[in-house]
Amino acid sequence: MDDRKRDLLLRSIIERNPIALLVLGICSALAVTSQMTTAFVMFICVTLVVAFSSLTISIVRYQIPNSVRIGIQITVIATLVILVDQFLKAFYFDLSKQLSIYVGLIITNCIVMGRAEGFAMSNPPVNSFLDGIGNGLGYGFVLMFVAFIRELFGSGSLFGWEIFQLTTNGGWYERNGFLLLPVSAFFLIAILIWFLRTIDPVQQEKA
Amino acid sequence: MAEESALKPFYSVLVLAFACSLLVAGAAVGLRPLQESNRQLDQKKNILRAAGIFKDDVSVADQFKVVETRLVELATGSFVAEEQLSPDEFNQTKAAFSDELGRPLAKEEDLARLSRLEKYSLVYLIAGDDNTIEQVILPVRGKGLWSTMFAYVALDADLNTIRGVSFYAHGETPGLGGEVENANWQKGWQGKKVYDQDRAVRLQVVKGSAEKSGEQAAYEIDGLSGATMTANGVSDLMQFWFGDHGFKPFIERIKKEGGFNG
Repeated sequence: MDDRKRDLLLRSIIERNPIALLVLGICSALAVTSQMTTAFVMFICVTLVVAFSSLTISIVRYQIPNSVRIGIQITVIATLVILVDQFLKAFYFDLSKQLSIYVGLIITNCIVMGRAEGFAMSNPPVNSFLDGIGNGLGYGFVLMFVAFIRELFGSGSLFGWEIFQLTTNGGWYERNGFLLLPVSAFFLIAILIWFLRTIDPVQQEKA
Repeated sequence: MAEESALKPFYSVLVLAFACSLLVAGAAVGLRPLQESNRQLDQKKNILRAAGIFKDDVSVADQFKVVETRLVELATGSFVAEEQLSPDEFNQTKAAFSDELGRPLAKEEDLARLSRLEKYSLVYLIAGDDNTIEQVILPVRGKGLWSTMFAYVALDADLNTIRGVSFYAHGETPGLGGEVENANWQKGWQGKKVYDQDRAVRLQVVKGSAEKSGEQAAYEIDGLSGATMTANGVSDLMQFWFGDHGFKPFIERIKKEGGFNG
């Protein structure tokens, strides 16, 4: 793999993270991060959708008329999301019930549309695909970080496995109820952004 | 970018729409058998959950062995013989919309806003260790704010006390009306009574918290904050399904015969 391709794959994790730097895709980052399992499934779904929508759009980018390009992008994205949703319902029914509407809402996840319009429309298919995977990884990185803290301190478990025994189950750990609320993810994401921009000052916006 | 002809946007969108609809339709049709079996499994789980006997670590098929599925004719309240109509093949929601097995509801009787009602309904009987019926589980449904909500209500052998409830399918706003799915809220139903002394349906979802004590307490369910319409829908559907067009004839008949075990 040459440098450009490796860069496309990895730069979105820290340097150009879609959530931390571009502040896109916050809505679902709040909604699905109270448990690591749902966050992980969401990460996989979003990665698949963004990679394949970028790939598809990049392949047909010379055929897309300029005047209707947004509509075409959203149609491609919506089709992929429906496919993912149908697949989940067929093979992972319980997960699809937990994620309920959030899978459908991947359509409106700004990261997917942003990569289609901002990258895939003007880059070759393989690069677009890698860029999609990279952005999915970046999104997943933030999701897993937030979900790790929220599930560990909010429910005393990780991926549903008990780590701290809760007082409600006769253990010693008093759960932090605040971390179970979606709002807490705002604070965690803000702390992460602060941290990333401190170690990498290039990310700071000019006042 | 090259000069575009005025027609190009139209046919490129048409081609795309056609290709995408083929994909979506293909996936929906191809995966339906799997999804359908998942849904049935989920319904069985919810029947067990309403009854409060669901265990995570035992297979659903094994747990479901204690459940006897019967068909009841709603108007008369009597059981339907297996030869006449088999419970396994009976699809209740479909039945409501068939000419043979369903009927339209008049506006004034249609509290749950179903528009059509089936003539027969499935009921699930759960036998205890000594073969007496311990509880009966009834499927109910009705309109909330956006959608039809589906639930199972488990009644004690006295046919009045609620053992549990389980809302399993709906399209209400997540976080507001969608809280009908919340296990904690559903726990609040346990031990409530459906009918008062005059045999009228008194159970209802109130605004705010239910009374803790007093005469009214046994009939009140905690409200859902921010979801008055959904809560009213729940009250209405209980009123409907435990009323004359729903399971009341069935319940009255069993009572007259001295209960299940009498």
